[in-house]
Amino acid sequence: MNRRITFGITIIIILALVAIFASFVATHDPLELDLSLEGRLQGPSPEHFFGTDNLGRDVFSRMVYGTRISLSVGFIAVFISMVIGLFLGGVSGYFGGWVDSLIMRIVEVMYCFPTFFLIMMVITFLGANIVNVMVVIGLTSWAGLCRLVRAEFLTLRERDFVHSAKVQGVSDMRIIFRHILPNAMAPVYVSATLSVGGAILVESALSFLGLGVQVPTPSWGNILTAGKNYIDYAWWLTFFPGVAILITVLSFNLIGEGLREKLDPKLSESR
Amino acid sequence: MKNYIIKRLLFIIPMLVGISCILFVVMHLAPGDPTSMRYGLNPEVSESARANFNRMYDLDKPIPVQYWRWIKRFFTMDFGKSMIDDRPVIEKIMTRLPATILLQAVSLLVVFCIAIPIGVISAVKRNSLFDRVMTIVVFIGYAAPAFWLALVLIFLFGFKMQLFPVSGMTPWYTAYLDEGAKIKDLLWHLVLPVTVTAIGSLASLSRYSRSSMIEVMGENYVLTARAKGLPEKRVILNHVLRNALLPIVTVLGLTLPVLISGSFILETIFAWPGMGRLGYEAIMNYDYPVVMGVGVIATVLTLLGIFLSDITYALVDPRIRFNK
Repeated sequence: MNRRITFGITIIIILALVAIFASFVATHDPLELDLSLEGRLQGPSPEHFFGTDNLGRDVFSRMVYGTRISLSVGFIAVFISMVIGLFLGGVSGYFGGWVDSLIMRIVEVMYCFPTFFLIMMVITFLGANIVNVMVVIGLTSWAGLCRLVRAEFLTLRERDFVHSAKVQGVSDMRIIFRHILPNAMAPVYVSATLSVGGAILVESALSFLGLGVQVPTPSWGNILTAGKNYIDYAWWLTFFPGVAILITVLSFNLIGEGLREKLDPKLSESR
Repeated sequence: MKNYIIKRLLFIIPMLVGISCILFVVMHLAPGDPTSMRYGLNPEVSESARANFNRMYDLDKPIPVQYWRWIKRFFTMDFGKSMIDDRPVIEKIMTRLPATILLQAVSLLVVFCIAIPIGVISAVKRNSLFDRVMTIVVFIGYAAPAFWLALVLIFLFGFKMQLFPVSGMTPWYTAYLDEGAKIKDLLWHLVLPVTVTAIGSLASLSRYSRSSMIEVMGENYVLTARAKGLPEKRVILNHVLRNALLPIVTVLGLTLPVLISGSFILETIFAWPGMGRLGYEAIMNYDYPVVMGVGVIATVLTLLGIFLSDITYALVDPRIRFNK
């Protein structure tokens, strides 16, 4: 097993466990306020591992619960974009002709879109909450995947097993999803893994602009945002959530890159 | 070649229409509207004043009619007037655009100057210490959220060391400086925003040039060059590098949308007086005409970038020209 993949998967499993068992891992109630002068903006200590924020809440516990937000946004957004990308890419590559031209034009439009601007706009107007964030990120990020799947289908649809399925009278949709798609999944996994990291970054950027998950629900992005006003005397408020985002995104990217090298013999021959 | 350029240029128009249509429809279908944003539940504002405001910005008409009126004006480069300060949108954008272009161009230049050497050296000395360290460094840079990196740099170099200015582009005192000092001050203000942008986009370009180099190094003509006893330096520089750098031109086109997307958040953090911040403020204020204007201009910039990289690619690689 590639070392990068091992590292990435280990971190992701730990984070997933933290997210699932958040109530056991957290040392405090993430919403419990302590507005006393001593309780607010405490530095890291054995009592509060990552210190406390401007309202005296335990940052470590808030980050533990924030893991749920980041991971679920990442996975669900990518799931949505995968469903769209696989369907449109498959249909486009399999049928060709005007269907293909139409879908490819839409993909080109999505490619050139100032995506973050669109996401910002939609979230502002629709209202900032976690469901909107997931759906909008998913709806705006399928173009790359669609192209990838289409390219795979273009070569696979000429293969003998597809012809034999056709001769047997298998329906087009069944050929696309049961016969060809399973063979086209390898590059999709690479791209999807990398996209999870991207989606987490977009979520945190939205939270940073106040467009993500709304307080008091903790997310890494909004802990960071609250902390930015205290950056000159409470570094832990911005430092820890930032590092958490970095490590999570890094893990997903390492898994993705590791998988890519495994799949592309040109890149891994001398290993 | 001429046909190819014309074809690519004509392609921009339907793209613009498509993208502006999506932006327009999404913007107008979304709940919340400028009228209630502006007047809210204020009882002092009469129904007729609200209706008047709606009529002024065509908000009382059905969306297709509104879009038709917008696109007709758009082809005469008229984006309407801002709802906030009544200035023409195009004028607002044009005063902000140079700052954005300056920031993006400098960032792009810096990224190219750093990323390509990293990629080339990593490929030549594959699996060396340099390669491994750089791989980790660019991956960390790619994974770090840009706004967080910006905060860390502002904290370290702005507040702690007081080395670089943390916000703005041309503060009030530049009016009193002579030309040379003005440029120096501007560069000084560019350091932090450019650093953040560059760190984020290093990864894709350096990884791309690395894998492109490795791919070319496996070609038969490289083997031939080595077999006939050319010095390694010449093999790498003349035979490998030239062919490996060809496809990198296309990465330029793909980097641009990323940079422009990034500018919306970076300009907000660094209070950079560019188009990204204008767009952010316009969204927050439900300033429809400015939102449309910024969205469309950002798209035009992206499309032009892709167009230029396609053309450059066709120029340097004759195979593309003849195929199409």
